[in-house]
Amino acid sequence: MTNRIVEHPILEVKPKKKIRFVFEEKEVEGVEGDTIASALVALGVVTMGHSLKKHRPRGFYCAIGNCASCDMTVNGIKNVRTCITPLEEKMIVKREFVEDIQDDIR
Amino acid sequence: MIYADVLIVGGGPSGLTAAKMCCEAGLSTIIVERSHILGGQLTKQTHKFFGSKDQYAKMRGIDIAVKLQEDLASFNTLTMMLETTVVGLYEDKVVTILQHNEYKKIKAKAIILATGASEKFLAFENNDLPQIVGAGALQTLVNLYQVIPGKSMVMIGSGNIGLIVSYQMLQAGIEVKKVIEATDRIGGYKVHASKLKRLGVDIQTRKTIKRAIGKDQLEAVEIVRIDENFQEIEGTSEIIETDLLCVSVGLSPLHQLASMMNCKTTYISELGGYVPLIDDHFQCSVPGVFACGDMVGIEEASSAMMEGYLAGLYTCNYLNQPHLEAESLISHYENQLYELRNGLFGRKTLRGIEKRKENLIHA
Ligand SMILES: Cc1cc2nc3c(=O)[nH]c(=O)nc-3n(C[C@H](O)[C@H](O)[C@H](O)COP(=O)(O)OP(=O)(O)OC[C@H]3O[C@@H](n4cnc5c(N)ncnc54)[C@H](O)[C@@H]3O)c2cc1C
Ligand code: FES
Repeated sequence: MTNRIVEHPILEVKPKKKIRFVFEEKEVEGVEGDTIASALVALGVVTMGHSLKKHRPRGFYCAIGNCASCDMTVNGIKNVRTCITPLEEKMIVKREFVEDIQDDIR
Repeated sequence: MIYADVLIVGGGPSGLTAAKMCCEAGLSTIIVERSHILGGQLTKQTHKFFGSKDQYAKMRGIDIAVKLQEDLASFNTLTMMLETTVVGLYEDKVVTILQHNEYKKIKAKAIILATGASEKFLAFENNDLPQIVGAGALQTLVNLYQVIPGKSMVMIGSGNIGLIVSYQMLQAGIEVKKVIEATDRIGGYKVHASKLKRLGVDIQTRKTIKRAIGKDQLEAVEIVRIDENFQEIEGTSEIIETDLLCVSVGLSPLHQLASMMNCKTTYISELGGYVPLIDDHFQCSVPGVFACGDMVGIEEASSAMMEGYLAGLYTCNYLNQPHLEAESLISHYENQLYELRNGLFGRKTLRGIEKRKENLIHA
């Protein structure tokens, strides 16, 4: 997990419990306290979905559940705002309108 | 149907402070909050706040959020509904909420809207590429979740938020390549700008972004110099490689829920955009509906808290169950609010508030 802060002048950085979940059929890991989106960003995922018509890639944008950029299908439920949904063990997360996303898990 | 005396929409500083007053007056109160945590914008602000003791000056935003929640811990007439979004509101004060994929209804005697604000956006070529993010979003990722979304960043906007977030990204180890500003002067406080400059960050005025470059995600940005009419000056283009672009060009109030209930709203640029029209008691044009915080005009957490206390107190009065110390508290918080707006930055707000009042009279 390279995209996480390890040292910070103000924030307390504590070791956190790992949470395993499935993203695009791969088993991956986030940590306790993550939202689905924060765990994905930490894994290096930058494409959260695609626009409906032109299929342009969509990234993380507002983080407060306001823009719908991060909507994904979670445990079979469509259009879940992943930036405000806490990550849970064994969640099954899929992007929507995936045409030809190149896998971007680093 | 769930019943309550007061329903508060939004658990940021204004919603939480309003709740405290309602609970102290013995009203049954529900806070509905879209996110899984309370505190609104405060939950990501690691810097120390300005203001006076009443507004928790010198405390960090993240700690103020905890303090405001502790203030509510002892009330058993309070219900907190997290991960719950208000999706519909009707004039008879019936509210539809969406909680964990289930629709429910709440009927309240009074409603306090405290939904805060959303970030404004800019029009430029390829502005939808992944890795172009709002300042608040970046701050949330880094400060709240301790995740680093990129190696380097260009910041658009030199207001306080742009400056503070740039500094916080440096603290997290992200290289800040440039802060650009379209007008001819830095918008935020000098202390924040100086801190950045001391760390070698280049802050350039009269510059704007022309386009974002990248295929599936941001790879570079083209910035240009502009004249006093905000037109590009030929031959000043500069390409900067970066994997993050942060847009911090202001906030606009989340007024939509007020409109949904037929509360009158008007565009007031000094307050950040469309706002519900409220009277001196924070009441909207629909009786029993109150609004406070960034939603009625973009200001600061300090004023959002003072407004929250006041909106709460006035709501208790409206329901004929005044807070025991209503009179002294109202005059205390009104004074605090007055003093907060007395500074240089307050002038614009005061002009906006004046317009908000005039519009209500004519409405
Ligand atoms: C980078 C940055 C730095 C800042 N620095 C300072 C500072 O130093 N000092 C200072 O005083 N202020 C500062 N502020 C400003 C301050 O954070 C805001 O003014 C303040 O948080 C506004 O409070 P609020 O309660 O009105 O709204 P918010 O804090 O935005 O809270 C609104 C809440 O409502 C919820 N909500 C919205 N819609 C719905 C819905 N439909 N259903 C349910 N819930 C909903 C949201 O999830 C949110 O939690 C800063 C802001 C930023 C972004
Ligand atoms: S990033 Fe905007 S809704 Fe999640």
